[in-house]
Amino acid sequence: MSSKPLTLAEKLWRDHLVLKGENGAPDLLYIDLHLIHEVTSPQAFDGLRLAGRDVRRRDLTIATEDHNTPTQDIHLPIVDPTSRAQVQALRDNTREFDIRIHSLGDKNQGIVHVVGPQLGLTMPGLTVVCGDSHTSTHGAFGALAMGIGTSEVEHVLATQTLPLQPFKTMAINVEGTLRKGVSAKDIILSVISKISTGGGQGYVLEYRGSAIRSLSMEGRMTICNMSIEAGARAGIIAPDQVTFDYLQDKPHAPQGADWDQALKDWSELTTDPDAVFDAEVFIDADTLDPFVTWGTNPGQGVSLMDSIPDPDSFDDPSQKAAAIKALAYMDLKAGTKMKDIAVDTVFLGSCTNARIEDLRAAADIIRGQVMAPGIRMMVVPGSQKVRLQAEEEGLDKVFVDFGADWRFAGCSMCLGMNPDQLAPGERAASTSNRNFEGRQGKGARTHLVSPMVAAATAIRGTLSSPADLEQ
Amino acid sequence: MEKVTQFTGTGMPLKISNVDTDQIIPAVFLKRITKTGFEDGLFANWRQNPDFVLNNPSYQGAEVLVAGSDFGTGSSREHAVWALRDYGFKAVFSSKFADIFLGNSGKQGLIAGVITDADTETLWEHIEANPAAKITVDLPSQEIRVNDVVIRFEIDEYTKWRLTEGLDDIGITLQSEDAIAAYEARRESWKPKTLPAKGV
Repeated sequence: MSSKPLTLAEKLWRDHLVLKGENGAPDLLYIDLHLIHEVTSPQAFDGLRLAGRDVRRRDLTIATEDHNTPTQDIHLPIVDPTSRAQVQALRDNTREFDIRIHSLGDKNQGIVHVVGPQLGLTMPGLTVVCGDSHTSTHGAFGALAMGIGTSEVEHVLATQTLPLQPFKTMAINVEGTLRKGVSAKDIILSVISKISTGGGQGYVLEYRGSAIRSLSMEGRMTICNMSIEAGARAGIIAPDQVTFDYLQDKPHAPQGADWDQALKDWSELTTDPDAVFDAEVFIDADTLDPFVTWGTNPGQGVSLMDSIPDPDSFDDPSQKAAAIKALAYMDLKAGTKMKDIAVDTVFLGSCTNARIEDLRAAADIIRGQVMAPGIRMMVVPGSQKVRLQAEEEGLDKVFVDFGADWRFAGCSMCLGMNPDQLAPGERAASTSNRNFEGRQGKGARTHLVSPMVAAATAIRGTLSSPADLEQ
Repeated sequence: MEKVTQFTGTGMPLKISNVDTDQIIPAVFLKRITKTGFEDGLFANWRQNPDFVLNNPSYQGAEVLVAGSDFGTGSSREHAVWALRDYGFKAVFSSKFADIFLGNSGKQGLIAGVITDADTETLWEHIEANPAAKITVDLPSQEIRVNDVVIRFEIDEYTKWRLTEGLDDIGITLQSEDAIAAYEARRESWKPKTLPAKGV
């Protein structure tokens, strides 16, 4: 074997090649796992029906309901008729095509990117797709995981393959040890701020280094989840013992001889020592502070210890214009200390930060504390299973005693599609992934934060780090 | 899919960078289960501002959208492409597109062409100087022609071929049925199956 050294992403590409494209045609890749939800699938099923096509591999396909679903009174019919119709369309389509679905009320219902890993369906060495850009989450397992559009959903349903153009590779090296109160979310927000929302375009990002290795699977998912916010095709982390330990007792983990063979195959899923990345970025974990956004794209972030930058400090005219526009929308002034920004709402949830460790991290901070006056806090577990586990651990009680709303699972306030929305002008510290204009409701203002910062902010009423509580 | 080759229409300058798909079509408009009728959602929040370019009568009927850099970032929603298409746009130009948006455009016959920042400025100048100026978009030659100016745009060869031939991706892939079946025959046995369902 004297083949060219490859990065992890390139190995996964090679291993899934059905056909190599010729004369500029894309490569055809096999898809190991296809996750479906109600928003981006109805037109794909319609397309199948119109063409008289069937689902090729229903045994590699799974659906859940998350974007439109309410997070309270889930035993009642969905109030909004269009949301109800969309969820019903998914139920009808999965029944017609005989696809496994986890509906509202089921313990495996929840945000699609929480459900795949908790069932043990997400594992190293796979290609995973879903009609949702945050599919990058699953890259945390050493899988090549990509968000796709509805036409591609239809394509995967019909053929279990996707024509894809090759990507470039970027190494994100994060070395060092995170300080207390600093988490995976702060790493990824600082990465996006460093390379900008377009910096990853055309790339698969591989997160490497000691700080990444020391993260739990859930922390790794938080990082890979927001690769798309850097514009990347996907984010990936090489699997290791942490990955294998996480998977071992999951329902769909390989058994017996398959487990042994899987471990053997997975241990080869690393970037070769001599492989060359097309680009490299370095982040120092030792000096990283909690990171928060001030603007209306996820790249507009700073350390929580800093102030809002002056738009004039940006050399790039379009960045400067974007900063001016963002500050007007956010109703903020350059030079304001981030810690002086008061919020109305704290949202703990989303596919970025609604797993059990996120809930534990926030609960540990608010336990026995009092919420700042006038604040509303919503806690929305990523799946029903996370909710049940949190209740087993008594976390629900911690949140409720604190005065927070304890909800059922779903995408909730991450996007303005279900009843959980901010009012116009309302300001939120949110553990979600997008601070776009209107993302959490028309006219709503979003600061992206980690679960620990969210919790400290709910106590103090202004953007705060856990360390601020000790002073 | 209908063949896309060349058309002539008027333009609209969208002088904003980092236009994410939540702006192109806010989430509340994604609930329709049909593939058409998304024009009302196009830039729905920004349209409430009377000064927003979509509300400028001079640009009504435009078929060519010329946007700032980093167009179509964020959510994978193909509805963004459907909304642009349903509103009447046949081509969008920017110096940089998000990958998923670019892929989605190619599936729906919407030309998404990459031009330089300087050419973006040039197009904006021509459109603003005369909103009725006829712009010809020629896919085979990858040219935008307005007044005496000819601007080249980039689009990947495969997407261009598919658009000009009006080919359906799934139809193309199904011609490779043998290769797909051969791949399936050699897939590792440890790979997960969603059925029979476990953990329920």
